[in-house]
Amino acid sequence: MKLLKLVPDNTNFRFLRWRKLAMTISLLTIIASIVLVGVRGLNLGVDFVGGQMIQVTFDEVEEAPVAQLRSDIQALNLGESTIQRFGQPNQVSVRMRLDGDNAEEVNAVTSRVTQMITTQYAEQGARIDGVDSVSGKVSGELLSTGVYSLVFAMIAIAIYIWFRFEWQFGVAALFALFHDVTLTFGFFALTQLEFNLNIVAALLTIIGYSLNDTIVVFDRVRENLRKYRKMDMIALLDLSTNETLARTIMTTLTMLIALMALLLIGPGVIFGFTAAMTLGLFVGSYSSVYMANPILVWLGVGAHSFVPHMSDADRAEAKLKEGIGGAKP
Amino acid sequence: MLDFPRWKTISISLILALGVLLAIPSLLPAGAAQYYPSFLPQAQVNLGLDLQGGSHILLEGDPVDVAAQRLQNMEETVRGAMRAATPRIGIGDISREGGRLSFLVRDVSQVDAAREAILPLTTGAGLTGQRDWDIEVRDTSRIVLTPTEAGLTEALDQAMETATEVVRKRIDELGTREPTIIRQGDNRIVVQVPGLDDPEALKELLGQTAELEFKLVDLNASPEDIAAGRAPVGSEIVPYPTNPAGGTAIAVRRLGGIRGDKLTNAQQSFDQQTNEPVVSITFDREGGARFARLTQENVNKPFAMILDGEVLSAPNINEPILGGTAQISGSFTTETANQLAIALRSGALPIELKVVEERSVGPDLGAESIQLGLLAGAVGTIAVLAFMILTYGRFGVYANIALVLNILLILGVMALMNATLTLPGIAGFVLTIGAAVDANVLINERIREERKNGRRIIQAIEVGYTEASRAIFDANITNVIAAVLLFLFGSGPVRGFAVVLMIGIVTSVWTAVYVTRMFVAIWLKRERPRELVI
Repeated sequence: MKLLKLVPDNTNFRFLRWRKLAMTISLLTIIASIVLVGVRGLNLGVDFVGGQMIQVTFDEVEEAPVAQLRSDIQALNLGESTIQRFGQPNQVSVRMRLDGDNAEEVNAVTSRVTQMITTQYAEQGARIDGVDSVSGKVSGELLSTGVYSLVFAMIAIAIYIWFRFEWQFGVAALFALFHDVTLTFGFFALTQLEFNLNIVAALLTIIGYSLNDTIVVFDRVRENLRKYRKMDMIALLDLSTNETLARTIMTTLTMLIALMALLLIGPGVIFGFTAAMTLGLFVGSYSSVYMANPILVWLGVGAHSFVPHMSDADRAEAKLKEGIGGAKP
Repeated sequence: MLDFPRWKTISISLILALGVLLAIPSLLPAGAAQYYPSFLPQAQVNLGLDLQGGSHILLEGDPVDVAAQRLQNMEETVRGAMRAATPRIGIGDISREGGRLSFLVRDVSQVDAAREAILPLTTGAGLTGQRDWDIEVRDTSRIVLTPTEAGLTEALDQAMETATEVVRKRIDELGTREPTIIRQGDNRIVVQVPGLDDPEALKELLGQTAELEFKLVDLNASPEDIAAGRAPVGSEIVPYPTNPAGGTAIAVRRLGGIRGDKLTNAQQSFDQQTNEPVVSITFDREGGARFARLTQENVNKPFAMILDGEVLSAPNINEPILGGTAQISGSFTTETANQLAIALRSGALPIELKVVEERSVGPDLGAESIQLGLLAGAVGTIAVLAFMILTYGRFGVYANIALVLNILLILGVMALMNATLTLPGIAGFVLTIGAAVDANVLINERIREERKNGRRIIQAIEVGYTEASRAIFDANITNVIAAVLLFLFGSGPVRGFAVVLMIGIVTSVWTAVYVTRMFVAIWLKRERPRELVI
């Protein structure tokens, strides 16, 4: 059987030739993302702003009566509502923001809206599928714990990489992660997809998988740094990237297959989640090559990085070992 | 590579068999479970509320509420103690301002005696040996009782403990299956009720403090005073939304009433004359005696039945009620009467609880989510499996067997830990599969590379596994870090995702590295291949 080979043997792309251009683009997209978040803002779900979200399915009709529902809710005079379709055309979510510490108010609003929908839309087969109501206090806590978890995860991971590799690798990985997370935020500001607790989970997973990539490349860089002591750093990084290219493409593709299945067939409730993951998959692979690697160059990583703090005796021994290592095919 | 020791093969196979055995109950269709032999493990993976439908409700008690209640109780206790002292200690100008209880002792010479009498009313609180109230004497004759931090903390803790019990009783009365009721933090209670039809009713039931009081109506208060909120001395104004005489409040005597907490039963029933829904209550002996005295002494006077600070009705006492039973009327429907009966049976909440977060999922959406989630998972998995075989041939098959075993292992471990599978959890499953595949891709690509560099078959495989393992290990540790933080900081469904991720990372690394290695070793030993297609 002839097996599939996605990347031909002996590829030799000179990835880092474009590092300055890539870095400029990366920085520009980071800035653009921050500006987007600042200007358009995130479409924060009730998890983070407080309020309520009701999911309704209209069983007896093809398409949900969005316009009528909007005016009916407006007539209740309870505040602004956002009505969005999700999943099937006859499914909508009704979202209302209610800021502040207002547990009773949120509850009252939820009851009135659900009651109105079930009585006035009985003919259309209205069915309340889900209710999320979160008071201002709880949503504030959810937001802060969400932010903490992101920040702590990034720092903890950077520290781990610092221990396993060298501090420059930790810094480089942290920047790559910052790039991934910022771009995902930008994506959510651009598309105005709902940003909720699930997206924090997606972000943390993106961090995890972007690191998968970064570490695989770093691991090869470390190996090659020990193997080719005299090689130019940029050539060495290119070599490492090329050597791991087959794996990067293969893994990205399989992940993409799994994610596409979730995105296209999976339940509407996790659409935002899988969309974020899919974006993260590409952004993560890109940042491993074009964010993490150039930073290694600029932070002065070289062959000396992995033979630090040695006494003369150690050095002599290392030299001896190197001789043995070099004799290997 | 060739000498994969026998004990290793046996222990790996044993672990795999155990994992599969643990996973089976979760995979059985609902009806088949009864035919499953009882000597095998029975534990199943729980489905999260987002998959099976149900309500998650977070209740919060207000510490200020507890403090106020405690202050009021202290006032009553102090009044009683001063009255009971011999000689009786006269006190006046009682104030509860600023969260403190302060009063004047009329006769300055009795201040020390008053202090002595109050001291036993306070107790030690917490571990520091601090007392729950500070007693000071100011301006020679004013005694000030200040609640201490430790005292308040302990009071809140007790109130929440009782409240949790009351909540549990009320939910049990609803007869739902397997509710989860857990105290969280200082002043919160998490309630999870799977498969619930009407979350609104549950919220109402839990939000009701159900503090019942009987107080005499103050007939001296003029309607104008009541409307203006001015109560005669010794009385208070209580809202009465359904007052048949007009107005929305009435005045009741502050003292001389009784609380309706000494009950042995409460049932919804119908009034024999009007046929309106009412709640019939039965007092215990002490409560019955008090109620009898109250009605005996006040025949032909109206008394107010007050629930949670609001008058339900204020009927006349036509004759003394001595049997220890009473009927509460007050514009009920059958449902609200029934709800009140449940609330009264399970006791009053010592602290008012507010719903600060609610997440309810209807059973239909849950079923749909499961169906689509499983379908997407199956399609994704099959596509990945096919892709692996196309790319790595025999090694792809090994990776695939490991992958399927991995899925079973995750299910098995989840069942063992009694973990909950949520919708994001299903997504976590898919991602774990991705991670498992990545590990095998790393290994197989490395073997290809080593072959290309001219290593012999066995050596290439050996080096492929050891070299790739390092990166696999590092990459997955960082993922565990992310998953642990997700678990610590996440809530609800997100935690479910983190659990799957944590379990999945461990099992996927194990199956992708060790289990496939075992297959490869067995193959190498049997076939001694001269050619390696990878």
